[in-house]
Amino acid sequence: MTDLTDLGIAGIRDGVRDGSFSARDVADAFIVKVSQAKALNAFLVETPDHAIAAATAADTARAAGETLKPLAGVPIGMKDLFCTKGVTTTAASHILEGFTPTYESTVSQNLWDAGAGMLGKLNMDQFAMGSSNETSAFGNVISPWKRNDGNGVGGNAALAPGGSSGGSSSAVAARLCPGATGTDTGGSIRQPAAFTGISGIKPTYGRCSRWGTIAFASSLDQAGPMARDVRDCAILLEAMAGFDSKDGTSLQLDVPKWEAGLSASLAGLRVGIPKEYRVDGMPEEIEALWQKGIDWLKDAGATIVEVSLPHTKYALPAYYIIAPAEASSNLARYDGVRYGIRDLPAGSGLQDMYAATRADGFGPEVKRRIMIGTYVLSAGYYDAYYTQAQKIRTLIARDFEKAWETCDVLLTPTAPSAAFALGEKSADPIAMYLNDVFTVPSSLAGLPAMSVPGGLDKQGLPLGLQIIGKPLDEQGVLNAGLAIEQRAGFTARPEAWW
Amino acid sequence: MSDYRIQGDTGEWEVVIGLEVHAQVTSNAKLFSGAATAFGAEPNTQVSLVDAAMPGMLPVPNRECIRQAVRTGMAIEAQINKWSRFDRKNYFYADLPQGYQISQLYHPIVGEGAIDISLDEKNPDAAGKRIGVERIHVEQDAGKLMHDQHPTQSYVDLNRSGVALMEIVSKPDLASPAETGAYLRKLRSILRYVGSCDGNMEEGSMRADVNVSVRKPGDELGTRTETKNVNSVRFVMAVVEQEAKRQVEVLEAGGKIVQETRLYDPDRNETRSMRSKEDAHDYRYFPDPDLLPLVLDDAFLEECRASLPELPDAKRARYEALGITAYQATVLTAEVEAARWFDALLDAGVKPAAAANWTTSELFGALNRTGRDIANSPVSPAQAAELLGLIADGTLSGSLAKQVFEVMLETGDGAAKVVEDRGLKQTSDTGAIEKVIAEVMAANADKVADYRGGKDKLFGFFVGQTMKAMGGKANPAVVNEVLKSALGESVAP
Amino acid sequence: MSVDTATVKRIASLARIAITDEDAARIAPELGNILGWIEMLGEVDTTGVEPMTAVIPNTLRLRDDVVNADPLTGGNIREQVLANAPVAEHGFFAVPKVIE
Ligand SMILES: [Mg+2]
Ligand SMILES: [Zn+2]
Repeated sequence: MTDLTDLGIAGIRDGVRDGSFSARDVADAFIVKVSQAKALNAFLVETPDHAIAAATAADTARAAGETLKPLAGVPIGMKDLFCTKGVTTTAASHILEGFTPTYESTVSQNLWDAGAGMLGKLNMDQFAMGSSNETSAFGNVISPWKRNDGNGVGGNAALAPGGSSGGSSSAVAARLCPGATGTDTGGSIRQPAAFTGISGIKPTYGRCSRWGTIAFASSLDQAGPMARDVRDCAILLEAMAGFDSKDGTSLQLDVPKWEAGLSASLAGLRVGIPKEYRVDGMPEEIEALWQKGIDWLKDAGATIVEVSLPHTKYALPAYYIIAPAEASSNLARYDGVRYGIRDLPAGSGLQDMYAATRADGFGPEVKRRIMIGTYVLSAGYYDAYYTQAQKIRTLIARDFEKAWETCDVLLTPTAPSAAFALGEKSADPIAMYLNDVFTVPSSLAGLPAMSVPGGLDKQGLPLGLQIIGKPLDEQGVLNAGLAIEQRAGFTARPEAWW
Repeated sequence: MSDYRIQGDTGEWEVVIGLEVHAQVTSNAKLFSGAATAFGAEPNTQVSLVDAAMPGMLPVPNRECIRQAVRTGMAIEAQINKWSRFDRKNYFYADLPQGYQISQLYHPIVGEGAIDISLDEKNPDAAGKRIGVERIHVEQDAGKLMHDQHPTQSYVDLNRSGVALMEIVSKPDLASPAETGAYLRKLRSILRYVGSCDGNMEEGSMRADVNVSVRKPGDELGTRTETKNVNSVRFVMAVVEQEAKRQVEVLEAGGKIVQETRLYDPDRNETRSMRSKEDAHDYRYFPDPDLLPLVLDDAFLEECRASLPELPDAKRARYEALGITAYQATVLTAEVEAARWFDALLDAGVKPAAAANWTTSELFGALNRTGRDIANSPVSPAQAAELLGLIADGTLSGSLAKQVFEVMLETGDGAAKVVEDRGLKQTSDTGAIEKVIAEVMAANADKVADYRGGKDKLFGFFVGQTMKAMGGKANPAVVNEVLKSALGESVAP
Repeated sequence: MSVDTATVKRIASLARIAITDEDAARIAPELGNILGWIEMLGEVDTTGVEPMTAVIPNTLRLRDDVVNADPLTGGNIREQVLANAPVAEHGFFAVPKVIE
């Protein structure tokens, strides 16, 4: 009998539907895998009961001859940024330790309504701030991947699974769950997907409700799926997305049938290659992979055009004004009054309580970003920093609009390097921030973008290709992703060492 | 121009005043959540996950709150901004769960407008002044802290957290306590006409931040202080008076005014510095990324305009055009309930001048006496119209009408029924009146002689005697006429 | 861009994050570096460019004025509201006494 954890979402869904195996068997198989993978530190909370309940519901429905829900029998992992009713939710921060929401985020509710079950809450960079999953208050997530040469820098070192959705990427890559939710503010779905050889899509801003998802930077945050392939991403995204009257930025649009619309034949599609993404110091292997991607898309019938996105180099600094500014305000609510921890030094007053609670509760990277955000919004600096950054954001969005005059999707590398070793970049914040250089511009413009695995580098580590689409054109992005996926033939998976 | 001056040792000082009025918007639900806004609920019961700023919560604005702010702006002929947006004002306090207040700094929903005030109630047309309104913006109210329930703790109630407020910011056009009081009363009246705020200052539905500075006439503006959250017209006027006096004293003693936030202590009738909260505020305002720009379409604006009632100034002008005195028109239009009541009376077809006389004297007198307000008037406009009709058609004399009205107040019955039940109908029966007059003249033959001898003033005596004998029910005009001819008959020498 | 420790302490205080002198001294150059890097935005001529207000063309949707229309955003849930409070008494959140 096949190992059920080798199956992806479509495989599990279809197998449960046609009775090849029970949903309960699937749930049990993953529950065991999760329980055996503590070394990865991907899960903060394990919720086998939730997964079993959903599986039982699926099996019961099938036995009763009912039409099964779209995700009936599919257990998934839930990033700990999503509030889950009755299940501890911390955003991987000490400040929220012990917080048990009395409510369910819209995205997670949508998934449960579609029949999915939850294997547990996934570790992440604290408040989604990070690119390596080293900022979690509950320990680093370890990538299941290892360098194969043993001689390279770090040799057999533990690698970063990317961030901030590093628990999600690690768990999916290690086959602890067939799919997981992620959130992407400046690349937090795409970069970890690229680092771990899986697929992930950030939809158009407003497709997925932000209600009940702990906010990092409101104008950028978007939820999206992370899974083994493009089809699984389409299936999950269909369940996660949808209009929500509780989110004022939610798009009042029907959810397209993305899975049904999948097609790898790209005849007539114009693919733009932004020349500004050829940055100095980019590893040759990534250049080479990018060229392969171009060839694959040509092979699928697309035509290739060079485009220019002249403001690309300003995207990252603009992002590092806008995201921290919003975060500094969004995180003001963690004050020790209504939930989470409270530090009350003896004899101190309210304001001291705030300062002590927040000093103790937030990790160094969160504090760093709150400080930057507070600084750029403070009196006398607002226009020079925040307003200027928002103007540049307009220019970046215009660059993309201009590009859409000559192309339909853009193809770029997802990240400027393969996974690095834990600790390798944590000393230099800016070096760490540069991880997001290719993912941030589309985040600033609210565009759909996805990462698909393209191949392995010389050290045996996955590299990802990014497709960026027009607003609301997730289908175009998924289809181009599918064309690459079919040609890349990426089947590598990490060998279990955990 | 106000001639209000403070006489200091170094000469006269002018006062410059601006008000920031926080008015609670009348709505069922809060500005950004579905929790109720009713006053006086159990602590933290009218609090949603959104109002408590639980992780992941998002604001979605209440259309009614936006609508009421727009209607208010239209009522003061202000510029309505079809494009506005919400900003966050960041600061930490236990009554502010989000750590920021959602407000509007950069692009308020309502721009410049004006409110006309009058300083002479008796002659409202003569002494008017136009006070500029800088802006009206919509924002969230904060929660409440209770300090007296526990020796070492303050308690937080978030029931008010997220209730919609309009902040109505005047220009520094006010120059005296009287003007400030008149402005606040007029603003309150307009809000109540519009229905955008109940104006209930005791329940905190309206609070004013009072900005005061003083200067020598003709000088540049002085440094101002802001006295926060003053919750009655009387107190606002007292703040202006006390704060201006204090500032003059400081300046004349060679001191400097510190730009600061102050608090009014009604018990001691003085303002004092809130140094404890002095924290070099840096609110780091920026557009709220959870809220997209608010764009109002023409249909929305049209509905807002069409739903505006006739406002106090227009109503007063209309009343005056109907022949009602300026003073009465002012009194009748000051409170929306009175104006509504009076309009209903006019709609019943009553003659305006008579209706105004009767309402301002008889009805208001009776309400005053019985300590009721017009919203709880025991006499409805229809009943009053009936009463006034009986006066107009001669069924009731003025004094009979007073009697009937008293009974109406007590029983709630209609005028006609009271007249019927109590036999209070006026008689114009000439025969009956002639008979009584003959009796009165016979009983007072000496006075008849005096009258006829030239003591004209005795005429009133005969009227009184006749009316008295007839129980007040005789038609005074008929009595006059009959008396004149009866007394005059034998005038011939 | 150099940031001094006094600035770091002022910012930390605005953000209500307690900070030691050593931490302030350590963070100052770090913050200076980041802000210095960010300052490259100054070289872009943005004359006449409107700051972005909505990521995707969209305007604010308004809600009807109905109390508790959606239980997830309505009131009457005091137990839920207080459920995670570090200190709650008599239906209130409790904080160290504030002297006004
Ligand atoms: Mg104020
Ligand atoms: Zn205000």
